[in-house]
Amino acid sequence: MEWYAIDTWIVIVGILAAVSCALLGNFLVLRKMSMMGDAISHAVLPGLAIAFLVTGARASLTMFIGAAVVGVLTAVFTQWVSRFGKVDEGASMGIVFTTLFALGLLLIVQAADHVDLDASCVLYGAIELTPLDVVWRPSIFGAILDVPRAAVVLSIVCAVNLLFVVFFFKELRITSFDSELATTMGINANWMHYLLMTLVAITTVAAFEAVGSIIVIAMLIVPAATAHLLTDRLGVMILLSVILAALAAVLGHITALFVPGWLGFDPAVVDATSTSGMMAVMAGVLFAITLFCAPRYGILIKKFGRIDRAEAK
Amino acid sequence: MNTVSKEIIHTNSETVSTKSWPLVVRDLTVAYHRKPVVWDVELSIPEGKLVSIVGPNGAGKSTLLKAALDLIPRSSGEVLIYGEPYSKARKRVGYVPQRESVDWDFPVSALDVVAMGTYGQLGWFRRVNKRSKALAMQALDRVGLADYAHRQISQLSGGQQQRTFLARALVQDADIYFMDEPFAAVDAATERAIVDLLKELQQRGKTCLVVHHDLATVPEYFDWTVLLNMRVVASGPTEEVFNQENLHKTYGGKLTLLSQAAEELMRKR
Repeated sequence: MEWYAIDTWIVIVGILAAVSCALLGNFLVLRKMSMMGDAISHAVLPGLAIAFLVTGARASLTMFIGAAVVGVLTAVFTQWVSRFGKVDEGASMGIVFTTLFALGLLLIVQAADHVDLDASCVLYGAIELTPLDVVWRPSIFGAILDVPRAAVVLSIVCAVNLLFVVFFFKELRITSFDSELATTMGINANWMHYLLMTLVAITTVAAFEAVGSIIVIAMLIVPAATAHLLTDRLGVMILLSVILAALAAVLGHITALFVPGWLGFDPAVVDATSTSGMMAVMAGVLFAITLFCAPRYGILIKKFGRIDRAEAK
Repeated sequence: MNTVSKEIIHTNSETVSTKSWPLVVRDLTVAYHRKPVVWDVELSIPEGKLVSIVGPNGAGKSTLLKAALDLIPRSSGEVLIYGEPYSKARKRVGYVPQRESVDWDFPVSALDVVAMGTYGQLGWFRRVNKRSKALAMQALDRVGLADYAHRQISQLSGGQQQRTFLARALVQDADIYFMDEPFAAVDAATERAIVDLLKELQQRGKTCLVVHHDLATVPEYFDWTVLLNMRVVASGPTEEVFNQENLHKTYGGKLTLLSQAAEELMRKR
C-alpha cells in the first residue's frame, strides 16, 4: 500500500474529530456521565430528520442546527426524567435516547423514500470519502492544497472546544468536582452542565457527519479514561487525552491500510477495513496497554509492585 | 423555658435590624416530590455562635442547609443572610459539603482543592494565581496538612480529606459557615483539629452552623443548638434547649437512641 495525499487528509480529519471529542470527554468521564455522548449521538437523529422534513433540503446548516438542538434537549430531558420520574441518570438517559433514536429512524425511513438520507451513513459516516468534498483550494508556496470541508468544520469545532476548556478550566474543574460548592460561589453548575452538553451535541453532530458516530462515542470516552490512569493532574490528563486521541487516529488509519494486507486480504478487493472503526479499536488498544502498564494505577504495578506503597508511607 | 427563649429571639429579630443576624429563616418549607422535608422553619441565629443542628436521620438537616444556600428550591419562605437574600450575600458564605458528596479519585491535589475556595472571589475567566495558591498553602498548614499539599486527594485518609475541606472553607474567608457533618467518621486527631478551628473562627466573630450527629459532644462543642425534626423543635443557647424533654420531642420514639443520649448527657454534666 502506498500513502497518498488523500490518506494525509483522512488522518487530519480523524485527528481533528478525535481531539475535539477527547477535549470534552475528560469532563464527561470525570462527571460520571460518559454515556451522555453515546446518548446524544444517537438522539440527534430525529433532529436531522425533522430539519430535513421541515426545510425539504439537505442543507447542512439546518440539519446541523436541528441536530444540535435535539442534542441539547436530550440532556434536558434526561435531567427531567431522572428528577421527576424517580429513576437514576443512566436509566433516564436510556429512556430518552432510545425513544428519540427510534423516532429518528422512523422519520428517516419516511424521508428516505424521497432522498438519500441513509441511516447507516449517519451512524457510521464515511471518513474515507471526506477528502473528496473539497471546499477550499489555497495555494501555499506554489503547491495547491485541496482542503476538505470536514477538515474546515472540524478545525472550527476543535478550536471552539479548546478555547472552552482553556478559558473555563477553573469553572469546569470546580463544577465537575464539587458542583454544590461551585453553585454556592456563584459558578452555576447547571449552566456549566448545559454549556458542556451543548458543545458535546455540536461536536457530535459535526464529527459524525464526517467520521461516523462510532469514533465519536469512542473518542469522547476512551482517551480521557486512558489519560485518567496515567496522571493525577487535571491539566495533564487533558493534554494526554488529546495526544492519545491523535495517536489513535494516526494508528487507526495506518492499521486500516496495512493490516488487511498482512492478513492476506487484498485491500483493493476487500475494500480495506473501516478507518473510523480502526481508530476506535486503536483507542481501545491504547487503553488496554495503559490499564496493564500504567506506572501507578496499572494492573501489573498494583499486583506486583510494592515500591509505590512503601513510598506512600 | 424553651418557648421563653424563642420569644426573646423572635422579638429581637423584629426590633433589631436583620442585618446584624447572620441567618434569619422565615416560614421555610422544602418538599421533594410533594413530600415536605422541612416544614415551616423559623430560625434566627445570632452572630458569633457555634451552632449545632441535630436531629434524627431524615429530619431535613442537610436539606435545611441546602435550602439556605439556595441549592435547592424552596416551596415557601425566605432566607436572609445578614439581612440579604443569598444571591447578594454569597461572598460572605462558606460551605463544607458532606465528604461523600464528591469523587475523591478526581485528578486534583489537596492544594488544588483548597485553592477552589478562592474561585468565588476570583470570578469568571480569571485563572488561579499565585495569591490563591499561597492562601491555600497557608490554610493547609493551618490544618496540619502542609506536607500533603501535592498528594492526589484519594491518597489522604478520611480525616485528612475532611481537614482539606475545612482548609478550603478557611480560604473562602466567609463570615458565616455552613458545614454538613464535618465530624462524620473522622479520627480523634481530626476531631480535635476541627474543634480548635471552630473555636478560632468563633473568636474571629464568625458564625458556624454545623450538622452534627454525636449528641454526646453537643454541649461541649457548641454554644447554640437547633433541634430539628422536619420542624424546629427548639433553637437557642445549648444549655437552655439541649435537654431531655426537647431531645424526646426531636427523636420521638427512638428510645434506645434517646436513652443513650440521656445517659451521655447525665454523664457529661
